[in-house]
Amino acid sequence: MGRGWVRCRWGWMTDHIQKFHNLQELRRSASLATKVFIQRDYSDGTVCQFQTKFPAELDSRIERQLFEDTVKTLNGFYAEAEKIGGQSYLEGCLACTTAYIIFLCMETRYEKVLKKISRYIQEQNEKIYAPRGLLITDPIERGMRVIEISIFEDRGSSGSTSSSSSTSSSSGR
Amino acid sequence: MPPGGGGPMKACEYSQISTRSSSPMESPRKRKGARRKWQVFPGRNKFYCDGRVMMARQTGVFYLTLVLIVVTSGLFFAFDCPYLAANITPAIPVVGGILFFFVMGTLLRTSFSDPGVLPRATPDEAADLERQIGNGEDLANGSSSGGYRPPPRTKEVLINGQTVKLKYCFTCKIFRPPRASHCSLCDNCVERFDHHCPWVGNCVGKRNYRFFYMFILSLSFLTIFIFAFVITHVILRSHQTGFLNALKDSPASVLEAVVCFLSVWSIVGLSGFHTYLISSNQTTNEDCDQDQCIQSTKFVLQAAATPLLQTDSNYSSDEPPLPGKTTLSVPCGTLPLGQPTPPTSTPNLTSEAMLADMLQRREEQDGHHFLTPEEAPSPPGMLSIGSTLTHSHTMHIFNPASQDSLHEDSVRGLVKLSSV
Repeated sequence: MGRGWVRCRWGWMTDHIQKFHNLQELRRSASLATKVFIQRDYSDGTVCQFQTKFPAELDSRIERQLFEDTVKTLNGFYAEAEKIGGQSYLEGCLACTTAYIIFLCMETRYEKVLKKISRYIQEQNEKIYAPRGLLITDPIERGMRVIEISIFEDRGSSGSTSSSSSTSSSSGR
Repeated sequence: MPPGGGGPMKACEYSQISTRSSSPMESPRKRKGARRKWQVFPGRNKFYCDGRVMMARQTGVFYLTLVLIVVTSGLFFAFDCPYLAANITPAIPVVGGILFFFVMGTLLRTSFSDPGVLPRATPDEAADLERQIGNGEDLANGSSSGGYRPPPRTKEVLINGQTVKLKYCFTCKIFRPPRASHCSLCDNCVERFDHHCPWVGNCVGKRNYRFFYMFILSLSFLTIFIFAFVITHVILRSHQTGFLNALKDSPASVLEAVVCFLSVWSIVGLSGFHTYLISSNQTTNEDCDQDQCIQSTKFVLQAAATPLLQTDSNYSSDEPPLPGKTTLSVPCGTLPLGQPTPPTSTPNLTSEAMLADMLQRREEQDGHHFLTPEEAPSPPGMLSIGSTLTHSHTMHIFNPASQDSLHEDSVRGLVKLSSV
């Protein structure tokens, strides 16, 4: 069935996690200052890859190498998910002969890798990004178009614009 | 919240952000007032079964499809199969049953699944894009805003070394990825949009194209199967009791024969057409689209394929080129990389990967003749026009001094696009 099988059975639109209440918790301790969007990198074709170019807004928040490692690992995961090999052929043939009923019982390789990606992003957030006041949103939430990195500022810190915090409540769709 | 370690980058420290709740893998916690995505879905879709079923707004024709298939198959199993099983072989109802099961399974999967709808941009992302576009227009400082509506915004990306323009969707507030399109009926952007099919009551896109193809393929087999065996049944009976008596004995056969006869042409034709589309790596939207933008994109992508694969030009313009044709079935050949279309889920890999690989190998052998008129089922005239146009465009790459009219047309097409 493709992407996000575990969370959203029939497509990511039918998932039942509403994000805004999570962001409300975050806003207790920090305020959302801005978001950076890492766009897709189409230079190698239409496979799912993201640009590893370091955005200027993160310049003071995180080391370049850490960020690039994260994006490169994500790119590697997506390439692995879309890789075509013996296992994917077998899976496809089996699914085709059973009129795709088999997918009610079995998870596709792509979905398994998506789960791995999700765990990886959570781990990265916990270990690296959250301590620096950043948060990565899983690209699948955005239709695999962008990696959204939210930049938080401490409450009471001077200068930063927090006007986008009011829009973050509706960003939960 | 304990203060986080911060980075060596800044002196002040940042509070540790709770990451637990942001994980999409976390099991959902039921909260008062928490609404599910399908309940707040902005498109014009209808959801059933607690969000598990997603269909278009108009589903009347889908029910007609269901009724036609179920009633015809039901009549076949009830009236023709007993006679056929007794007189020929009991394998007939078994095979018929398997085909019917396939058809219903794939039809329901096509109709009920998400075709690959792109989520609309969050307000933050939309604002960010608007800012970028606004900055870009300020810098450009020259684009005349034509009339009432601002000119459609496009973003140029480099796909495998070639520039492709991504169009901006005003409804979804995103730059559509390559091959995505906006369905006006469902009001969604759909990845690799094929078409909106009223017969299945849903769009056909990246995520359900394989189900749709399996549906029309198995329906072709089922239709031909039922038609053939209904005719056999009537003929066998008429050997015993005469033709009119045979018809009187099994009146359902007449109805089945009529329904199957009328539908076999369109279903089999559609299967053949989609087989051609798959083998040439196109969508219906790309094949039949009148949009100059998409045509130009295809020209560029085809031009991209040729320089990579061959060094000398051995073109043969079979027919005089026809200038100014807007609808062209220009085969898209391989993707820019020559890689199989990125699969959403691996079942897609079987047909597309093998076909795309075959296509790539054929290209490497023959150079540019990846689809000759005799190979493709589409009207030969249109196809050779497409090949000719491609040849002329690639001639443009190799021989800039070429002044044939098609070259002018394609250049004009590209130029028109860039001025938008």
